[in-house]
Amino acid sequence: MTPLATYALRLGDDALILAHRLGEWIANAPQLEEDVALGNIGLDLLGQGRLLLTYAGEVEGAGRSEDDLAFLRGERDFVNLQVVERPNEDFGVTIARQLAFSTYQLAMYARLEHSTDATIAGVAAKAVKEVDYHRDHATQWVLRLGDGTDESRRRMQHGLERIWPYVEEMFVTDDLESALAADGVAVEVAGLRPEWDTYVDAVLAEATLERPTPSWTAEGGRSGVHTETFGYLIAEMQHLHRSHPGASW
Amino acid sequence: MSNPNTERDWPLWEVFVRAKRGLSHQHVGSLHAPDAAMALRNARDIYTRRSEGVSIWVVPAAEVVASSPDEKDSFFDPAADKAYRHPTFYEIPDEVQHL
Repeated sequence: MTPLATYALRLGDDALILAHRLGEWIANAPQLEEDVALGNIGLDLLGQGRLLLTYAGEVEGAGRSEDDLAFLRGERDFVNLQVVERPNEDFGVTIARQLAFSTYQLAMYARLEHSTDATIAGVAAKAVKEVDYHRDHATQWVLRLGDGTDESRRRMQHGLERIWPYVEEMFVTDDLESALAADGVAVEVAGLRPEWDTYVDAVLAEATLERPTPSWTAEGGRSGVHTETFGYLIAEMQHLHRSHPGASW
Repeated sequence: MSNPNTERDWPLWEVFVRAKRGLSHQHVGSLHAPDAAMALRNARDIYTRRSEGVSIWVVPAAEVVASSPDEKDSFFDPAADKAYRHPTFYEIPDEVQHL
């Protein structure tokens, strides 16, 4: 794949995999209203993922469609961050993941709106409004759970502890990203960290939560290394397409 | 259920959506939410996700004062036989919409 195709695939895989995880909440959320909220966020992400995977396939020029990329790649071919594949566990963990990733994604898309690549810029311009809402949704819940009952605070703090080892990986800029950023196509995620810190720290402080200090950090998602739960996610996501090749609605 | 924090603790909210500028808010349904800010967000997700609205009101259902079915006769029946109260004696210009 060309660097641009790989870049689009990275962004697309992040959106696709998190969309799948959020879909798992439907009929399982604490409230019917929350089923719909998480489902909506997942569908926003699925929309972003479709556009980006389609574009990755076009740029690659090997005739692969969005479905080919979503449903016919193996586990090691996915280049999403590990944070988006982390299991939902409980609502606190899911909300911690949403806060971490949507804050990151919003900072990134806000810059990619000005990408010199028209398609990337177009996707970002559309997505930035969606992700602004995703971040607000996560923020509202972190505030309520953190500054809520003893039990809700304990579980929200637990959620942060579970997710924080995966935060560092979001801000690793590699050579591919640097080269595309030099052309104005991509954004160097390493530079997004101060903005992310400022926002997340303010939310955690208001929610009376403590920022975790993880003893280890995840790495490798961008090069196809994933956590042990990822294979199950891929199997569930792909089995229908693989069982009925070429099936469509 | 053993967990006391179930949906029974979440109050009911009535949702009103204005479809576009110039129209009034219409009642579209109700939902559960822990507080007003979350009720607005839930309403956005449930009732406006297909571009149905430009403005949302949420009102605690407990704050809605409703007429009683027992008073139906005295409240509503007297209006039924007074045709002169109904705006049926003039033509509505085509240009007037939403009346």
